[in-house]
Amino acid sequence: MQKGTKLALVLAAIPFITMVLALPLVNRIHPVILGFPFLLFWILVWVLLTPAVLGLAYLCEKKFNEPEEGEDE
Amino acid sequence: MNIALIIIFGTIAVSAGVGIYAGRRLKMNLENWTVAGRRFGIVIIWLLMAGEIYTTFTFLGASGWTYSKGAPAYYILVYGALAYTLSFFILPAVWKVGKRYGLHTQPDYFIKRYDSRSLGVFVALLGVFCIIPYLQLQLTGLGFIVEVASNGAISSNAAILIAFVLTCVFVYTSGLRGAAWVAIIKDVMMIAAVGVVGVGVPLIYFGSFEKMFDVIITKAPHHLVFPGSSPDMGVVWVMSTALLTGMGFYMWPHVFASAFSAKSHRVIKRNAIIMPFYQIPILLIFMVGFSAFLVLPGLENGDLAFLELVNKTYPAWFMGFVGAAGAVTAMVPSAILVLFASTLISKNVYQTAFNPRAKEETVMRLSRIMVLVITTFALIFAFFFPNELVPLLILGYDGACQLFPGVVLGLFWKRVSKKGVYSGLIAGIAVVLGLILSGNDPFLGINAGFAGLIVNGIITLSVSLGTEPAPALA
Repeated sequence: MQKGTKLALVLAAIPFITMVLALPLVNRIHPVILGFPFLLFWILVWVLLTPAVLGLAYLCEKKFNEPEEGEDE
Repeated sequence: MNIALIIIFGTIAVSAGVGIYAGRRLKMNLENWTVAGRRFGIVIIWLLMAGEIYTTFTFLGASGWTYSKGAPAYYILVYGALAYTLSFFILPAVWKVGKRYGLHTQPDYFIKRYDSRSLGVFVALLGVFCIIPYLQLQLTGLGFIVEVASNGAISSNAAILIAFVLTCVFVYTSGLRGAAWVAIIKDVMMIAAVGVVGVGVPLIYFGSFEKMFDVIITKAPHHLVFPGSSPDMGVVWVMSTALLTGMGFYMWPHVFASAFSAKSHRVIKRNAIIMPFYQIPILLIFMVGFSAFLVLPGLENGDLAFLELVNKTYPAWFMGFVGAAGAVTAMVPSAILVLFASTLISKNVYQTAFNPRAKEETVMRLSRIMVLVITTFALIFAFFFPNELVPLLILGYDGACQLFPGVVLGLFWKRVSKKGVYSGLIAGIAVVLGLILSGNDPFLGINAGFAGLIVNGIITLSVSLGTEPAPALA
């Protein structure tokens, strides 16, 4: 497996850790942040950070992987 | 004639017109019909996939769940983000195989990868079985929305008949391209409707959404954490359901195949990055559900929460707009579901099983005939047995998810074998059926579909290790 793909996979684990594995730890109302009960706030933050995580994964693949055939559209 | 009526029918007619127009001057062969000639760029792919994800179930179900169950509804927010994360890796690989071998459907992939026509037919039949109740749900939802939105001026059956016949026409003429174009209208209207209601309702009744949550925290704090107001849906249920639906999402035959319509694997990959933004309207739908929880307690049918609250809060013309948005929101996924159910039957049941030498034109013609047949059947079901298929819906959802090991291992694991995938699929489906039919869903707090998927994965892996691997793709 190429280095870029490995890094991308590690990054991709983040949404699964924060939004699935961590759920028992964040299943609470307080603290209320920006008006949102904590559980909803936590999920929202990570949903909105998912594009950033994937964007970073994309850059890692681009930087560390060999260019693929037909790279240019 | 009331204003809501004009808005609803105007929208349905314009959408159908756009759908038909989309296919003009296009020579209709299977390639153009099912995967729109593999020419979609990032914008249209995003709209198309959003068109598939945002169905009437999202509209009514997400608000209904927030209303009657509370926090367990959050799984809807989570599973999308998980699905897009997985799709970042899976779909570009699917696209490459599809491009290289000219694949059109999900069973095409199984046939090619596992060198097995029978597996293809099996996957096609499973796909059709999963699609039909889902299609039925769209029709019933459409009838429901239009009837309530027009204040009873249009009966549910009349709305279903008109909207679905027109949908059938543009699927027939324009295939996937028609659905993608109508998806543009749908997305704009849906976001406008959800935006106005989702932002407006908490402001109107509580002054701000913070104050709305304050009231819930004082009155019913349990509603805001798992298991909410639904004792069966504890944190383990939410975790397993989010995983199951996140892994299963792109395994729906129609969603899977939409990957083929992109013009390159890069488009698919970049699309995966921006897809999570499409979860924001879901948050707004949750706000409507929470508001209704306080403003309209005691509704017999929680799925009505969204519509009832709009009805109580806004003038008739806006209700008409919501009804119109709801109608197109049903039409787009219905179009795609009909399209792929038809193609699965003509290409992967008829051609694969009975007549491998059938010409492409024959398959294409049969696909179009199947559009008419499926439309007719779906209408009959919607009119005469509107509730019979609802229990099948969960089976359909859990069933489609069982394709995950076969797809993913096929892409990334050389040792995977046809026998492994077959045994895993059958075991997974058996577990799901057994648990659901015996009333054991959730099983020890875990979603039955997820239990099936675990068994399926373990069996696929272990049987594959003991059998001859499927030949690698050239």
